[in-house]
Amino acid sequence: MIRIEHLYKSFGDVHVLKDISIEYKQGLCNMIIGASGSGKTVLLKTIIGLMTPDSGTVTFNGEDISLLPYEEKKRFRQNIGVLFQNSALFDFATVLENVMFPMDFFTDWSAAQKRERAQYCLERVNVQGNDGKYPGELSGGMQKRVGIARAIALNPAYLICDEPNSGLDPETAILIDQLIHGLTREFGMTTVINTHDMNSILEIGDNIGFLHQGRMLWQGDRHTIFDTDCQELRKFVCANSLARNIMEGHDSIA
Amino acid sequence: MLRDFFIQTGKYFLFLKIVFKKPEKWKIFWRQFIQEADKLIISSVVLVSVISIFIGGVLVIQTASNMNNPFLDRMLVGYMVRESLILEFCSTMVALILAGKIGSNIASELGSMRITEQVDAIEMMGVNSASFLVLPKILAVTLLCPLLVLLSFCLGLLGGWVVVSMTSIIPLAKYAAGLKYCFNDFYVFYSCVKMSIFCFVIASVSAFNGYYAKGGALGVGRSSTKSIVVSCILILMLDLVITQLMLY
Repeated sequence: MIRIEHLYKSFGDVHVLKDISIEYKQGLCNMIIGASGSGKTVLLKTIIGLMTPDSGTVTFNGEDISLLPYEEKKRFRQNIGVLFQNSALFDFATVLENVMFPMDFFTDWSAAQKRERAQYCLERVNVQGNDGKYPGELSGGMQKRVGIARAIALNPAYLICDEPNSGLDPETAILIDQLIHGLTREFGMTTVINTHDMNSILEIGDNIGFLHQGRMLWQGDRHTIFDTDCQELRKFVCANSLARNIMEGHDSIA
Repeated sequence: MLRDFFIQTGKYFLFLKIVFKKPEKWKIFWRQFIQEADKLIISSVVLVSVISIFIGGVLVIQTASNMNNPFLDRMLVGYMVRESLILEFCSTMVALILAGKIGSNIASELGSMRITEQVDAIEMMGVNSASFLVLPKILAVTLLCPLLVLLSFCLGLLGGWVVVSMTSIIPLAKYAAGLKYCFNDFYVFYSCVKMSIFCFVIASVSAFNGYYAKGGALGVGRSSTKSIVVSCILILMLDLVITQLMLY
């Protein structure tokens, strides 16, 4: 479980996060949603410790990693798998080497064991048979999958995804969503996904927090999102025509 | 501007402090070291060779054309060429050229990795990204660049020899005698030390600028340019300091 309490973050005079408090539960796809510039990525980067909050705490199962010494923090980060917006695969390494990268550093496994584990992870995300290819030779969807395989290579307790289906076609985007959802359930991870894609929200949003101009205005799930009275959230949801139709249906029933 | 200079200088030394941490795994470090040596040093051999041969030849012609005095022995052309090469050209000039080649390579590579979040990805895995990415580069360049000095020296002399034998600007025997005249092997050591220091500056300054690059592709280009400019200025300043310290 990840708990965020009274989190503030600003850059100079620009207050990006204002008093954010939310809890992300284990085994669920927890989502941070909001329009571009609402502070989603800053919140995500603050959660994983790439940015330091001005005040407030982020605790992982009760442990505040910002208070840990550097070496401890490094050790703790091995529990966190991160899928970056553009996959962030290493250009200098092949697909297999990318997935084996964390194992090279943090396990004493033999080369054969590492290869076996990497191939299992790649199979799990359906990109087997591309071991020797470099990231530049893969499609965007495949890069995301390899990114997920690398993120789960060490069996992390937490999976953090920054806009996992941005730049993907709708079909591939849904497949990536379902993959993340399935892995979250299968491995009992605490998954936090940052997105503004309504399809993803409706597909896998188990616990959703809506961020607007740095404030967490609403929290619920994909079933209750259409019942909201929050005008900013309604505006955000109705930007998608399918969601707008559903919301209008809900309103007429109400 | 002065404030910015002090901030950047402080940040640079803090960066070095992070870089010079014990590698997470020595096996991975050595693998990286070999790769960087190949990418940064071995790949510079051709460039250094070509430049050295031509500069050696040009030095012979220029020196000979300025020593027409009949009271000066023509042997001194060889002597002057050798001293010019080992004292200044093979270290400082080659370092300035490498600042462009190696410096831009390091800055653009790290800058691209920074803006595509690859550096963040390494950091998030619990790996010291600065040490993993930068330490092998700095050590490979600093330790192996003196070999380029020796190569450059030999090829510079060879270039001079080729010009002498092709143009008979001075007798070949005089050139050979000049090369052997009053040879001080300390100058070779001095040149290698200078080169190591210059290359440390090139690698660390470029890595610093690349590692903290921001602003997309434009930012990578900016960091690359800045690396080359700063490295060149520092090389020339350090040249003066090292020469004063080691030769006087």
